[in-house]
Amino acid sequence: MALVTARTPLELTSGDNVQPQPLGVFARPTATTGIKGWLFSVDHKKVGILYGAASLFFFLTGGVEALLIRTQLARPGQKLLSADLYNQVFTMHGITMIFLVIMPMIAAFTNYLMPLQIGARDVAFPRLNAFSFWCFLFGALFLNSSWLLGGGPDGGWFNYAPNSGLLFSPSHGIDFYALGLIITGIASSVSAVNLIVTTINLRAPGMTWSRMPMFTWMSLVVQFLLLFSLPVITVALFLLMLDRLFGSSFFNTALGGDPMVWQHLFWIFGHPEVYILVLPVFGIVSEILPVFARKPLFGYPFMIFSGIAIGFMGFGVWAHHMFASGMGPMSVTAFSLATMFIAVPTGVKVLNWTATIYGGKLKFTTANLFSMGLIAMFTIGGLSGVTHAFAPADTQQTDTYYIVAHFHYVIFGGSLLGMFGGMYFWWPKAFGYKLREGLGKWHFWIMMIGFNLTFGPMHILGLQGMSRRIFTYSANQGFDFWNMAATIGAFIIAVSVAIFIWNVWVCYRDHRRNPVACEPDPWDARSLEWITPCPTPVHNFDTIPVVSEVDEVWHRKYGHDEAGRPVPIATRAEVVQKGDAEGVHLPSPSYWPIVLSAGLPLIGYGLIFSLAWAIPGGILVLVALFGWVMEPSTDPDAGHHDEHPSDAADGGDAAAELEGSEEAEVADQAEDAKTVELEGAPVG
Amino acid sequence: MADTADTALTANVGAFDEPFHQIDFAHEGVAAGHQTSTGISNEKLGMWTFLGSECLLFGALISTYLLYKNRPGTITNVAGEVVGQVHDRISEHFDILFTSASSFVLLASSLTMVFAVVAAQRNDAPRLRLWLGTTAGLGAVFIGGQVYEFTAFVREGFGFTTNVSTSAFFTLTGFHGVHVTIGILMLLVLLALSLKGRLPFTKSESVEIIGLYWHFVDVVWIVIFTIVYLIK
Repeated sequence: MALVTARTPLELTSGDNVQPQPLGVFARPTATTGIKGWLFSVDHKKVGILYGAASLFFFLTGGVEALLIRTQLARPGQKLLSADLYNQVFTMHGITMIFLVIMPMIAAFTNYLMPLQIGARDVAFPRLNAFSFWCFLFGALFLNSSWLLGGGPDGGWFNYAPNSGLLFSPSHGIDFYALGLIITGIASSVSAVNLIVTTINLRAPGMTWSRMPMFTWMSLVVQFLLLFSLPVITVALFLLMLDRLFGSSFFNTALGGDPMVWQHLFWIFGHPEVYILVLPVFGIVSEILPVFARKPLFGYPFMIFSGIAIGFMGFGVWAHHMFASGMGPMSVTAFSLATMFIAVPTGVKVLNWTATIYGGKLKFTTANLFSMGLIAMFTIGGLSGVTHAFAPADTQQTDTYYIVAHFHYVIFGGSLLGMFGGMYFWWPKAFGYKLREGLGKWHFWIMMIGFNLTFGPMHILGLQGMSRRIFTYSANQGFDFWNMAATIGAFIIAVSVAIFIWNVWVCYRDHRRNPVACEPDPWDARSLEWITPCPTPVHNFDTIPVVSEVDEVWHRKYGHDEAGRPVPIATRAEVVQKGDAEGVHLPSPSYWPIVLSAGLPLIGYGLIFSLAWAIPGGILVLVALFGWVMEPSTDPDAGHHDEHPSDAADGGDAAAELEGSEEAEVADQAEDAKTVELEGAPVG
Repeated sequence: MADTADTALTANVGAFDEPFHQIDFAHEGVAAGHQTSTGISNEKLGMWTFLGSECLLFGALISTYLLYKNRPGTITNVAGEVVGQVHDRISEHFDILFTSASSFVLLASSLTMVFAVVAAQRNDAPRLRLWLGTTAGLGAVFIGGQVYEFTAFVREGFGFTTNVSTSAFFTLTGFHGVHVTIGILMLLVLLALSLKGRLPFTKSESVEIIGLYWHFVDVVWIVIFTIVYLIK
């Protein structure tokens, strides 16, 4: 057993220590700072921050689209947007907020935190990780380039057939939709494989399933949802593309196609997608609440199992989006019942959060306010969701603003609020300084007011019968007052977002003027990521921690007296690592992830406009694949302090992870593993 | 202790002429993920995970085909009025004998893939190259058969856009054909790496991982062949 761990993972055993040089006709990037340090980095933390930045950028884009919608609807008969433009704007608003804001923000949190929470130095395939980000970004830009190339997609984010066919949507918008979402889907699928393998394979010694932090658990469930739902939407988008660009008739009723096939394929993806958007945020909240209640999470195993249950059941409720499609009473009944059942595990979560707060010494930090805001707002959205589960009621609500109100309460009131909470909570972890609490509270309260003023009235409008997706209404319909209220609310939300951006800017500015890292573990937190200093050093852990508790960092700081009250046993400074380890091998930066991703949108343009564009795209992809395969994951020439003749080899490296992650030899290994190595671990 | 291990491994590995049973398989784990939490290497687990995703991809394509395979015929709208006619179903024009033969070739390639994996694990480079080449060749024969089948259909008047059943058929089998082609390319890359001496014993697991993909593509074909060709 020790026989094996004595050698590094990639060391050749055959005696031929002379390694063939990688067929690297291309030099490899070495910069770790500056713009190149970002473009070619494979560090999971940098990739996470890039995801977050891109997500915030698209959040502003989608926000502007939302303001356009609300301005158009503020009064009856407005002429700000034409009907056609309005279709494009609300479609892109939905696509942007779902695929280009919430999903990448989830990827940002997962990328940054999950390896830290399980005690890993990076993800399993760091280059694939970078590829996921660039592929997402180029796909997103490709999608948005449709604005300049003949108009955006105009069929709604669900894009029902036959409305999505050439007959009703002759512009290229929906081609951009199909190809853009295929590209971002590739990014998410690759990321799902990568993060699943990481969570399963790279856990620190002692980090068993029953000790994993809740955020990591929920993001693992979500990666499985992505893994199994994305191929289905990929098929649907592919068929759509074939219909529009290659003359098939999958969704053309006149030629024997069936629009219901689109609906089923779309919602088999689309409903798990809802949980993809919200489950990681449940994880975030489950991390924040215990810290600020200074109590362990109530019912930790129940939280895990309810998350898994939501994941499973999420695949069995898709047709509740289709109650009005005439699919027959048996299907409607079955999906109606399944939908009511899925409220149970979700309810378990809400009750457990409440029980976590109950009796705790609550600290009302911004992060905690956002988390509690989520509980309240998500519960409203969840309850209105249960009202759709009843098919007879749903047929009245379908395609009205009641639905719009519902899904904004779960996605905005759930996902987005939780993510802002997560940002306030983990900002010091990522950047070494806190965001200002005062501004944060202004942000929170103004956002809560704006949010409820925008989406609360939509319940009323919906019950009054106002349809979704109409570009205007007339004065005698009785919709005037609440529409104006909603529009005012939307601008109040915009103010709160401006406060957030201002907060980020002033804190960044102050930190640049006086670059002192904040104290480690500033919140007196519980989970493993806080064992590293703030900001996280590039190698994450000086030594890989050995985990023995659910809330590892907390248990290193506090013991219990007879009454079960926490008693400090170590200071934070003693618990947190110094971040000064040397000689840690990390995966080297690489050009290929970004080059490979750059080829994909070109192929997309080629399919839409002229195949000539696809040629450079194809060449880029081939060159990048060749370079990628021939390049070792860890550069053999990169400076390091010890000699390992072997980590060159080729790109398809072997397994591996940190030396001595086997539990059996954990104890003694961890002691002397001052310079534990990651080399070779990552392939991607 | 550690030194002993080094010597043992160095002695064992790379000795082509050593009898199989003397090679120390217990220590193969260096390459095979001995140091991950599960003991499975990242690459292998990644491939299994990816194949899980592929199941859903083919599941969606097969479902689409099943929905559309009888579509040619009378097309009615919701009100029951006849709105169109499509005459020929592609499923009435399958050449079962020919496709059975090419399916057999593909299945045989799974066997040769197993031989290749065994050769890789025995560090038997010549046999590894032989079986990798054979597997890729058999795959190429299958693809050739598919190209022939497609052109024959087109000559009979069944193009991709002829009707929904042909579209669904070509999409499903085309997706599978692309998967086989990618598999052939990966096998050829392995073969080239082996010929250049860049596929050392420590990397033998990559043969197994590509093998997983290859077997998956074969299994999918068994499902497609049964559902598309054999079931009326």
